[in-house]
Amino acid sequence: MSEMRRVTAICNGTVVDHIPAGKALQVMQMLRVDVGRSNPISLVMNVPSGKVGRKDVLKIEDRELTQVELDRLALIAPHASVAIIRNYSVAEKREIELGEELVNIARCSFWNCITQNTREPLPHKLRVVSEDPLDVRCAYCGRTQSIDEMADSIL
Amino acid sequence: MSDLITMDDLTNDEIVEILDAADRLLPVAKGDIYAPLLQGKVLGNLFFENSTRTRMSFESAMKRLGGEVLNLSSVGSSVAKGETLYDTMQMVDGYSDIAVIRHPHQGAAQYSADAVEIPVLNAGDGAGNHPTQTMLDLFTIRQAHGTLEGLNVVLVGDLRYGRTTHSLSHALVRFGAKLTLVSPESLTMPTEIVGDLQKHGADVTESEDMAAAIPEADVIYMTRIQKERFPDEDEYTKVAGIYKMTADDLGGAKGGMIVMHPLPRVEEIDPSVDSTKHARYFQQAFNGVPTRMALLCRSLGVKVPKKVKS
Repeated sequence: MSEMRRVTAICNGTVVDHIPAGKALQVMQMLRVDVGRSNPISLVMNVPSGKVGRKDVLKIEDRELTQVELDRLALIAPHASVAIIRNYSVAEKREIELGEELVNIARCSFWNCITQNTREPLPHKLRVVSEDPLDVRCAYCGRTQSIDEMADSIL
Repeated sequence: MSDLITMDDLTNDEIVEILDAADRLLPVAKGDIYAPLLQGKVLGNLFFENSTRTRMSFESAMKRLGGEVLNLSSVGSSVAKGETLYDTMQMVDGYSDIAVIRHPHQGAAQYSADAVEIPVLNAGDGAGNHPTQTMLDLFTIRQAHGTLEGLNVVLVGDLRYGRTTHSLSHALVRFGAKLTLVSPESLTMPTEIVGDLQKHGADVTESEDMAAAIPEADVIYMTRIQKERFPDEDEYTKVAGIYKMTADDLGGAKGGMIVMHPLPRVEEIDPSVDSTKHARYFQQAFNGVPTRMALLCRSLGVKVPKKVKS
Protein backbone atom coordinates (compact mmCIF):
# COMPACT_ATOMS: atom_id res chain seq x y z
CA MET A 1 0.00 0.00 0.00
CA SER A 2 1.61 3.27 -1.14
CA GLU A 3 -0.55 5.56 0.92
CA MET A 4 -0.10 5.83 4.65
CA ARG A 5 -2.99 4.45 6.68
CA ARG A 6 -5.27 7.22 7.93
CA VAL A 7 -6.85 4.95 10.52
CA THR A 8 -5.14 2.06 12.17
CA ALA A 9 -6.21 -1.51 11.56
CA ILE A 10 -8.81 -2.87 13.94
CA CYS A 11 -8.44 -6.07 15.91
CA ASN A 12 -12.05 -7.26 15.73
CA GLY A 13 -15.14 -5.80 14.11
CA THR A 14 -16.51 -4.70 10.74
CA VAL A 15 -14.98 -2.57 7.99
CA VAL A 16 -17.30 -1.05 5.43
CA ASP A 17 -15.18 0.19 2.53
CA HIS A 18 -15.96 1.92 -0.77
CA ILE A 19 -18.89 3.88 0.60
CA PRO A 20 -19.75 6.66 -1.89
CA ALA A 21 -17.92 9.85 -0.81
CA GLY A 22 -19.89 11.86 1.72
CA LYS A 23 -22.38 9.10 2.55
CA ALA A 24 -20.68 7.61 5.63
CA LEU A 25 -22.79 9.58 8.09
CA GLN A 26 -25.95 8.34 6.39
CA VAL A 27 -24.52 4.82 6.49
CA MET A 28 -24.01 5.18 10.24
CA GLN A 29 -27.54 6.46 10.58
CA MET A 30 -28.97 3.54 8.59
CA LEU A 31 -26.92 0.99 10.51
CA ARG A 32 -27.73 2.74 13.80
CA VAL A 33 -24.20 1.99 14.93
CA ASP A 34 -24.19 5.13 17.05
CA VAL A 35 -27.30 4.31 19.04
CA GLY A 36 -26.98 2.91 22.54
CA ARG A 37 -23.53 1.44 22.05
CA SER A 38 -20.04 2.41 23.01
CA ASN A 39 -18.00 0.61 20.37
CA PRO A 40 -15.11 2.69 19.02
CA ILE A 41 -15.96 3.86 15.50
CA SER A 42 -13.51 5.29 12.95
CA LEU A 43 -14.80 7.28 10.06
CA VAL A 44 -12.80 8.43 7.05
CA MET A 45 -14.43 10.62 4.44
CA ASN A 46 -13.52 11.76 0.93
CA VAL A 47 -10.29 9.79 0.68
CA PRO A 48 -8.89 9.00 -2.79
CA SER A 49 -9.82 5.60 -4.17
CA GLY A 50 -8.45 3.91 -7.25
CA LYS A 51 -11.80 2.19 -7.73
CA VAL A 52 -14.35 4.96 -7.33
CA GLY A 53 -12.44 8.28 -7.30
CA ARG A 54 -13.26 9.26 -3.73
CA LYS A 55 -14.78 7.17 -1.01
CA ASP A 56 -15.70 6.96 2.66
CA VAL A 57 -14.64 4.15 5.00
CA LEU A 58 -16.27 3.10 8.27
CA LYS A 59 -14.61 0.86 10.85
CA ILE A 60 -16.68 -0.43 13.76
CA GLU A 61 -14.71 -2.16 16.48
CA ASP A 62 -15.88 -5.20 18.42
CA ARG A 63 -19.11 -5.57 16.50
CA GLU A 64 -19.83 -7.88 13.59
CA LEU A 65 -22.70 -6.45 11.60
CA THR A 66 -25.30 -9.02 10.57
CA GLN A 67 -26.38 -9.61 7.00
CA VAL A 68 -29.79 -8.05 7.77
CA GLU A 69 -28.07 -4.92 9.05
CA LEU A 70 -25.76 -4.79 6.07
CA ASP A 71 -28.53 -5.19 3.54
CA ARG A 72 -29.91 -1.85 4.67
CA LEU A 73 -26.79 -0.34 3.13
CA ALA A 74 -27.85 -1.39 -0.33
CA LEU A 75 -30.13 1.63 -0.35
CA ILE A 76 -27.27 4.13 -0.27
CA ALA A 77 -24.05 2.17 -0.78
CA PRO A 78 -24.90 -0.84 -2.93
CA HIS A 79 -21.31 -1.30 -4.07
CA ALA A 80 -19.64 -0.97 -0.68
CA SER A 81 -17.42 -3.88 0.35
CA VAL A 82 -17.72 -5.34 3.81
CA ALA A 83 -15.13 -7.29 5.74
CA ILE A 84 -15.53 -8.96 9.12
CA ILE A 85 -12.24 -8.67 10.99
CA ARG A 86 -11.07 -11.14 13.62
CA ASN A 87 -7.64 -10.88 15.20
CA TYR A 88 -6.49 -8.27 12.62
CA SER A 89 -7.32 -10.54 9.67
CA VAL A 90 -10.21 -10.57 7.26
CA ALA A 91 -12.25 -13.52 8.49
CA GLU A 92 -15.20 -13.07 6.12
CA LYS A 93 -16.22 -10.90 3.20
CA ARG A 94 -19.91 -10.12 2.94
CA GLU A 95 -21.95 -9.02 -0.05
CA ILE A 96 -24.64 -6.39 0.21
CA GLU A 97 -27.89 -7.37 -1.39
CA LEU A 98 -30.95 -5.31 -2.07
CA GLY A 99 -33.91 -7.68 -1.95
CA GLU A 100 -37.27 -7.10 -3.59
CA GLU A 101 -38.87 -6.13 -0.31
CA LEU A 102 -37.47 -4.37 2.79
CA VAL A 103 -39.39 -5.56 5.81
CA ASN A 104 -39.23 -3.54 9.05
CA ILE A 105 -36.16 -1.62 7.93
CA ALA A 106 -37.71 1.81 7.49
CA ARG A 107 -41.16 3.27 8.01
CA CYS A 108 -43.02 4.92 5.10
CA SER A 109 -42.54 8.67 5.40
CA PHE A 110 -45.83 9.69 3.79
CA TRP A 111 -47.94 11.54 6.37
CA ASN A 112 -51.23 9.97 5.27
CA CYS A 113 -50.04 6.36 4.96
CA ILE A 114 -51.95 3.80 7.06
CA THR A 115 -48.64 2.74 8.63
CA GLN A 116 -48.28 6.15 10.33
CA ASN A 117 -50.60 4.80 13.02
CA THR A 118 -48.01 3.31 15.34
CA ARG A 119 -50.58 0.95 16.86
CA GLU A 120 -51.15 -0.88 13.59
CA PRO A 121 -49.31 -4.19 14.03
CA LEU A 122 -48.42 -5.37 10.51
CA PRO A 123 -44.76 -5.02 9.46
CA HIS A 124 -43.49 -1.97 7.60
CA LYS A 125 -42.77 -2.99 4.03
CA LEU A 126 -40.98 -1.13 1.28
CA ARG A 127 -40.90 -2.53 -2.24
CA VAL A 128 -37.86 -2.14 -4.50
CA VAL A 129 -39.27 -1.20 -7.89
CA SER A 130 -35.91 -0.49 -9.49
CA GLU A 131 -32.32 -0.72 -8.29
CA ASP A 132 -30.79 1.63 -10.84
CA PRO A 133 -32.04 4.28 -10.63
CA LEU A 134 -33.14 3.43 -7.11
CA ASP A 135 -36.94 3.48 -6.78
CA VAL A 136 -38.28 2.27 -3.45
CA ARG A 137 -41.98 2.55 -2.61
CA CYS A 138 -44.17 1.78 0.36
CA ALA A 139 -45.79 -1.62 -0.24
CA TYR A 140 -49.05 -0.30 1.21
CA CYS A 141 -49.53 3.26 -0.04
CA GLY A 142 -47.20 3.13 -3.05
CA ARG A 143 -45.39 6.40 -2.29
CA THR A 144 -41.78 6.70 -3.47
CA GLN A 145 -39.31 7.11 -0.60
CA SER A 146 -36.17 9.20 -0.97
CA ILE A 147 -32.89 8.03 0.55
CA ASP A 148 -32.99 10.87 3.08
CA GLU A 149 -36.54 9.99 4.08
CA MET A 150 -35.59 6.34 4.58
CA ALA A 151 -32.51 7.29 6.59
CA ASP A 152 -34.73 9.41 8.84
CA SER A 153 -37.31 6.65 9.19
CA ILE A 154 -35.11 3.70 10.07
CA LEU A 155 -36.79 1.38 12.54
CA MET B 1 -60.45 -15.61 -4.64
CA SER B 2 -58.60 -12.42 -5.35
CA ASP B 3 -58.10 -8.91 -4.07
CA LEU B 4 -58.39 -5.78 -6.16
CA ILE B 5 -56.20 -3.04 -4.69
CA THR B 6 -54.78 -1.28 -7.76
CA MET B 7 -55.30 -1.71 -11.48
CA ASP B 8 -51.94 -3.51 -11.55
CA ASP B 9 -53.81 -6.48 -10.07
CA LEU B 10 -55.57 -7.00 -13.42
CA THR B 11 -54.19 -7.84 -16.84
CA ASN B 12 -55.75 -6.25 -19.91
CA ASP B 13 -57.41 -9.58 -20.76
CA GLU B 14 -58.89 -9.78 -17.26
CA ILE B 15 -60.21 -6.22 -17.57
CA VAL B 16 -61.95 -7.11 -20.81
CA GLU B 17 -63.37 -10.33 -19.30
CA ILE B 18 -64.79 -8.40 -16.34
CA LEU B 19 -66.33 -5.77 -18.62
CA ASP B 20 -67.88 -8.54 -20.74
CA ALA B 21 -69.33 -10.14 -17.59
CA ALA B 22 -70.67 -6.73 -16.52
CA ASP B 23 -72.36 -6.42 -19.91
CA ARG B 24 -74.11 -9.75 -19.38
CA LEU B 25 -75.20 -8.64 -15.89
CA LEU B 26 -76.84 -5.41 -17.10
CA PRO B 27 -80.40 -6.82 -17.02
CA VAL B 28 -79.80 -7.98 -13.43
CA ALA B 29 -78.42 -4.55 -12.47
CA LYS B 30 -81.51 -2.91 -13.91
CA GLY B 31 -83.78 -5.27 -11.98
CA ASP B 32 -85.25 -6.75 -15.18
CA ILE B 33 -84.26 -10.26 -14.13
CA TYR B 34 -83.23 -11.81 -10.82
CA ALA B 35 -80.11 -14.00 -10.87
CA PRO B 36 -79.05 -15.05 -7.36
CA LEU B 37 -75.47 -15.87 -8.28
CA LEU B 38 -74.19 -14.74 -4.85
CA GLN B 39 -76.93 -16.25 -2.70
CA GLY B 40 -75.56 -17.22 0.71
CA LYS B 41 -72.59 -14.84 0.42
CA VAL B 42 -72.05 -11.89 2.76
CA LEU B 43 -70.33 -8.63 1.85
CA GLY B 44 -68.66 -6.52 4.54
CA ASN B 45 -69.11 -2.96 3.25
CA LEU B 46 -66.62 -0.84 5.23
CA PHE B 47 -66.81 2.88 4.65
CA PHE B 48 -64.54 4.91 6.91
CA GLU B 49 -65.06 7.92 4.65
CA ASN B 50 -68.19 9.43 3.07
CA SER B 51 -69.64 7.80 -0.01
CA THR B 52 -72.91 7.81 -1.89
CA ARG B 53 -72.40 5.99 -5.18
CA THR B 54 -69.69 3.51 -4.31
CA ARG B 55 -71.34 2.32 -1.13
CA MET B 56 -74.85 2.14 -2.59
CA SER B 57 -73.80 0.53 -5.86
CA PHE B 58 -71.85 -2.20 -4.04
CA GLU B 59 -74.85 -2.82 -1.84
CA SER B 60 -77.21 -2.84 -4.81
CA ALA B 61 -74.86 -5.16 -6.74
CA MET B 62 -74.67 -7.65 -3.87
CA LYS B 63 -78.41 -7.60 -3.14
CA ARG B 64 -79.51 -7.91 -6.76
CA LEU B 65 -77.31 -11.02 -6.97
CA GLY B 66 -79.02 -12.51 -3.91
CA GLY B 67 -76.22 -11.79 -1.40
CA GLU B 68 -76.33 -10.06 1.98
CA VAL B 69 -74.56 -6.89 3.09
CA LEU B 70 -73.11 -5.83 6.45
CA ASN B 71 -72.43 -2.11 6.58
CA LEU B 72 -69.83 -0.51 8.83
CA SER B 73 -68.75 3.09 9.09
CA SER B 74 -66.31 4.72 11.50
CA VAL B 75 -69.15 6.61 13.20
CA GLY B 76 -70.96 4.39 15.67
CA SER B 77 -68.43 1.55 15.59
CA SER B 78 -65.36 0.64 17.63
CA VAL B 79 -63.26 2.51 15.08
CA ALA B 80 -64.47 5.68 16.83
CA LYS B 81 -63.06 4.21 20.07
CA GLY B 82 -59.63 3.88 18.51
CA GLU B 83 -59.70 0.30 17.29
CA THR B 84 -56.94 -0.43 14.81
CA LEU B 85 -57.76 -1.27 11.22
CA TYR B 86 -56.05 -4.62 11.75
CA ASP B 87 -58.41 -5.54 14.60
CA THR B 88 -61.48 -4.32 12.72
CA MET B 89 -60.49 -6.45 9.74
CA GLN B 90 -60.22 -9.55 11.92
CA MET B 91 -63.93 -9.12 12.75
CA VAL B 92 -64.86 -8.62 9.12
CA ASP B 93 -62.87 -11.72 8.23
CA GLY B 94 -65.07 -13.71 10.58
CA TYR B 95 -68.41 -12.16 9.65
CA SER B 96 -68.27 -11.96 5.85
CA ASP B 97 -67.03 -13.62 2.68
CA ILE B 98 -65.64 -10.52 0.99
CA ALA B 99 -64.79 -6.98 2.11
CA VAL B 100 -65.06 -3.65 0.35
CA ILE B 101 -63.14 -0.87 2.04
CA ARG B 102 -62.96 2.88 1.70
CA HIS B 103 -60.56 4.60 4.05
CA PRO B 104 -59.06 8.10 4.38
CA HIS B 105 -55.53 6.73 4.79
CA GLN B 106 -53.56 5.73 1.73
CA GLY B 107 -52.50 2.10 1.71
CA ALA B 108 -55.39 1.02 3.95
CA ALA B 109 -56.78 -1.36 1.34
CA GLN B 110 -53.51 -3.23 0.82
CA TYR B 111 -52.99 -3.26 4.57
CA SER B 112 -56.46 -4.79 5.04
CA ALA B 113 -55.81 -7.37 2.35
CA ASP B 114 -52.62 -8.39 4.14
CA ALA B 115 -54.51 -8.63 7.43
CA VAL B 116 -57.25 -11.08 6.37
CA GLU B 117 -57.96 -14.23 4.37
CA ILE B 118 -61.11 -13.04 2.58
CA PRO B 119 -60.79 -11.05 -0.66
CA VAL B 120 -60.61 -7.27 -0.30
CA LEU B 121 -61.75 -4.73 -2.88
CA ASN B 122 -60.34 -1.22 -2.64
CA ALA B 123 -63.15 1.34 -2.81
CA GLY B 124 -60.77 4.29 -2.42
CA ASP B 125 -57.81 4.78 -0.07
CA GLY B 126 -57.03 8.43 0.62
CA ALA B 127 -55.55 9.95 -2.52
CA GLY B 128 -54.31 6.53 -3.59
CA ASN B 129 -56.33 4.23 -5.82
CA HIS B 130 -59.93 3.55 -6.70
CA PRO B 131 -59.83 0.60 -9.10
CA THR B 132 -63.53 -0.34 -9.00
CA GLN B 133 -64.30 3.23 -10.10
CA THR B 134 -61.79 2.75 -12.91
CA MET B 135 -63.55 -0.44 -13.98
CA LEU B 136 -66.90 1.33 -14.22
CA ASP B 137 -65.22 4.22 -16.03
CA LEU B 138 -63.75 1.79 -18.56
CA PHE B 139 -67.15 0.12 -18.89
CA THR B 140 -68.73 3.51 -19.64
CA ILE B 141 -66.04 4.44 -22.16
CA ARG B 142 -66.37 1.10 -23.97
CA GLN B 143 -70.14 1.41 -23.96
CA ALA B 144 -69.90 4.79 -25.70
CA HIS B 145 -67.01 4.14 -28.10
CA GLY B 146 -67.20 0.39 -28.60
CA THR B 147 -63.52 0.09 -27.73
CA LEU B 148 -60.91 1.05 -25.14
CA GLU B 149 -58.11 1.20 -27.69
CA GLY B 150 -56.33 4.37 -28.77
CA LEU B 151 -58.75 6.98 -27.43
CA ASN B 152 -57.95 10.61 -26.80
CA VAL B 153 -58.81 11.19 -23.13
CA VAL B 154 -58.65 14.51 -21.29
CA LEU B 155 -58.51 14.40 -17.48
CA VAL B 156 -59.45 17.71 -15.85
CA GLY B 157 -59.25 19.13 -12.34
CA ASP B 158 -57.60 17.76 -9.24
CA LEU B 159 -55.07 15.32 -10.62
CA ARG B 160 -52.85 15.51 -7.57
CA TYR B 161 -55.24 14.20 -4.95
CA GLY B 162 -57.81 12.64 -7.29
CA ARG B 163 -57.53 8.90 -6.81
CA THR B 164 -59.99 8.16 -9.64
CA THR B 165 -57.69 9.79 -12.18
CA HIS B 166 -54.62 7.99 -10.79
CA SER B 167 -56.18 4.57 -11.32
CA LEU B 168 -57.87 5.50 -14.60
CA SER B 169 -54.76 6.96 -16.23
CA HIS B 170 -52.77 3.80 -15.44
CA ALA B 171 -55.46 1.66 -17.04
CA LEU B 172 -55.99 3.85 -20.10
CA VAL B 173 -52.35 3.95 -21.16
CA ARG B 174 -52.33 0.15 -21.16
CA PHE B 175 -54.94 0.39 -23.92
CA GLY B 176 -52.92 2.96 -25.88
CA ALA B 177 -54.82 6.09 -24.88
CA LYS B 178 -53.44 9.54 -25.57
CA LEU B 179 -53.78 11.46 -22.32
CA THR B 180 -54.09 15.19 -21.80
CA LEU B 181 -53.78 16.14 -18.14
CA VAL B 182 -55.44 19.49 -17.44
CA SER B 183 -54.97 20.94 -13.96
CA PRO B 184 -53.78 24.07 -12.17
CA GLU B 185 -50.07 23.99 -11.42
CA SER B 186 -50.64 23.14 -7.75
CA LEU B 187 -52.77 20.09 -8.59
CA THR B 188 -50.77 18.37 -11.32
CA MET B 189 -50.54 14.59 -11.45
CA PRO B 190 -47.82 13.33 -9.04
CA THR B 191 -44.50 13.03 -10.89
CA GLU B 192 -44.09 9.35 -9.99
CA ILE B 193 -47.40 8.59 -11.71
CA VAL B 194 -46.54 10.62 -14.81
CA GLY B 195 -43.16 8.84 -14.81
CA ASP B 196 -44.88 5.45 -14.62
CA LEU B 197 -47.22 6.38 -17.47
CA GLN B 198 -44.33 7.49 -19.64
CA LYS B 199 -42.40 4.32 -18.78
CA HIS B 200 -45.32 2.43 -20.31
CA GLY B 201 -44.78 4.46 -23.49
CA ALA B 202 -47.77 6.70 -22.90
CA ASP B 203 -48.40 9.83 -24.94
CA VAL B 204 -49.01 12.30 -22.09
CA THR B 205 -49.45 16.07 -22.38
CA GLU B 206 -49.83 18.36 -19.37
CA SER B 207 -51.72 21.64 -19.67
CA GLU B 208 -53.77 24.19 -17.73
CA ASP B 209 -56.11 24.94 -20.63
CA MET B 210 -59.31 22.88 -20.73
CA ALA B 211 -60.88 24.71 -23.70
CA ALA B 212 -57.93 23.91 -25.98
CA ALA B 213 -58.27 20.18 -25.26
CA ILE B 214 -62.00 19.86 -26.06
CA PRO B 215 -62.02 19.63 -29.91
CA GLU B 216 -59.77 16.56 -30.13
CA ALA B 217 -61.19 14.70 -27.13
CA ASP B 218 -63.09 11.40 -27.26
CA VAL B 219 -63.59 11.53 -23.49
CA ILE B 220 -63.42 14.47 -21.09
CA TYR B 221 -63.16 13.24 -17.51
CA MET B 222 -63.97 16.06 -15.10
CA THR B 223 -63.12 15.87 -11.40
CA ARG B 224 -63.97 17.91 -8.35
CA ILE B 225 -61.33 19.93 -6.56
CA GLN B 226 -61.49 18.01 -3.28
CA LYS B 227 -61.49 20.35 -0.32
CA GLU B 228 -61.06 17.45 2.11
CA ARG B 229 -57.71 16.43 0.59
CA PHE B 230 -55.96 19.79 1.08
CA PRO B 231 -53.66 20.03 4.08
CA ASP B 232 -54.06 23.83 3.86
CA GLU B 233 -57.40 25.60 3.25
CA ASP B 234 -55.73 28.66 1.65
CA GLU B 235 -54.33 26.42 -1.05
CA TYR B 236 -57.83 25.09 -1.69
CA THR B 237 -59.34 28.57 -1.97
CA LYS B 238 -56.77 29.53 -4.62
CA VAL B 239 -57.90 26.82 -7.03
CA ALA B 240 -61.54 26.11 -6.11
CA GLY B 241 -63.82 26.65 -9.09
CA ILE B 242 -60.97 27.03 -11.58
CA TYR B 243 -62.64 24.79 -14.21
CA LYS B 244 -66.31 25.24 -15.07
CA MET B 245 -67.70 23.46 -18.11
CA THR B 246 -70.92 24.75 -19.66
CA ALA B 247 -72.92 23.50 -22.66
CA ASP B 248 -71.55 26.42 -24.69
CA ASP B 249 -67.98 25.14 -24.22
CA LEU B 250 -68.87 21.95 -26.09
CA GLY B 251 -69.81 23.54 -29.44
CA GLY B 252 -66.56 22.45 -31.06
CA ALA B 253 -66.49 18.95 -29.57
CA LYS B 254 -66.61 15.74 -31.62
CA GLY B 255 -70.12 14.32 -31.96
CA GLY B 256 -69.30 11.16 -30.03
CA MET B 257 -67.31 12.83 -27.29
CA ILE B 258 -68.54 11.96 -23.80
CA VAL B 259 -68.24 13.98 -20.59
CA MET B 260 -67.67 11.86 -17.50
CA HIS B 261 -67.35 12.68 -13.80
CA PRO B 262 -66.98 10.34 -10.82
CA LEU B 263 -69.36 12.64 -8.89
CA PRO B 264 -70.19 14.38 -6.66
CA ARG B 265 -69.80 17.54 -8.72
CA VAL B 266 -69.73 21.00 -7.25
CA GLU B 267 -69.27 23.71 -9.86
CA GLU B 268 -67.08 22.04 -12.46
CA ILE B 269 -69.97 20.87 -14.69
CA ASP B 270 -72.82 23.32 -15.15
CA PRO B 271 -76.31 21.71 -15.19
CA SER B 272 -76.66 23.01 -18.78
CA VAL B 273 -74.33 20.15 -19.84
CA ASP B 274 -76.76 17.54 -18.44
CA SER B 275 -79.14 17.79 -21.40
CA THR B 276 -76.43 17.61 -24.09
CA LYS B 277 -75.68 14.38 -25.96
CA HIS B 278 -72.22 14.43 -24.39
CA ALA B 279 -73.29 14.06 -20.75
CA ARG B 280 -72.60 10.54 -19.52
CA TYR B 281 -71.97 10.95 -15.76
CA PHE B 282 -75.32 9.68 -14.51
CA GLN B 283 -75.12 6.64 -16.77
CA GLN B 284 -71.55 6.22 -15.48
CA ALA B 285 -72.81 6.21 -11.88
CA PHE B 286 -75.40 3.52 -12.72
CA ASN B 287 -72.70 1.47 -14.43
CA GLY B 288 -71.17 1.00 -10.99
CA VAL B 289 -73.79 -1.67 -10.34
CA PRO B 290 -73.12 -4.15 -13.20
CA THR B 291 -69.38 -3.56 -12.99
CA ARG B 292 -69.25 -4.17 -9.25
CA MET B 293 -71.46 -7.23 -9.70
CA ALA B 294 -68.85 -8.64 -12.08
CA LEU B 295 -66.02 -7.77 -9.66
CA LEU B 296 -67.79 -9.37 -6.68
CA CYS B 297 -68.41 -12.54 -8.70
CA ARG B 298 -64.77 -12.67 -9.83
CA SER B 299 -63.33 -12.21 -6.34
CA LEU B 300 -65.72 -14.79 -4.89
CA GLY B 301 -64.84 -17.29 -7.61
CA VAL B 302 -68.36 -17.32 -9.08
CA LYS B 303 -68.55 -17.60 -12.87
CA VAL B 304 -70.98 -15.31 -14.66
CA PRO B 305 -72.83 -17.52 -17.18
CA LYS B 306 -72.59 -16.72 -20.90
CA LYS B 307 -76.33 -16.13 -20.77
CA VAL B 308 -77.60 -14.79 -17.47
CA LYS B 309 -81.15 -16.00 -16.74
CA SER B 310 -83.60 -15.66 -13.84
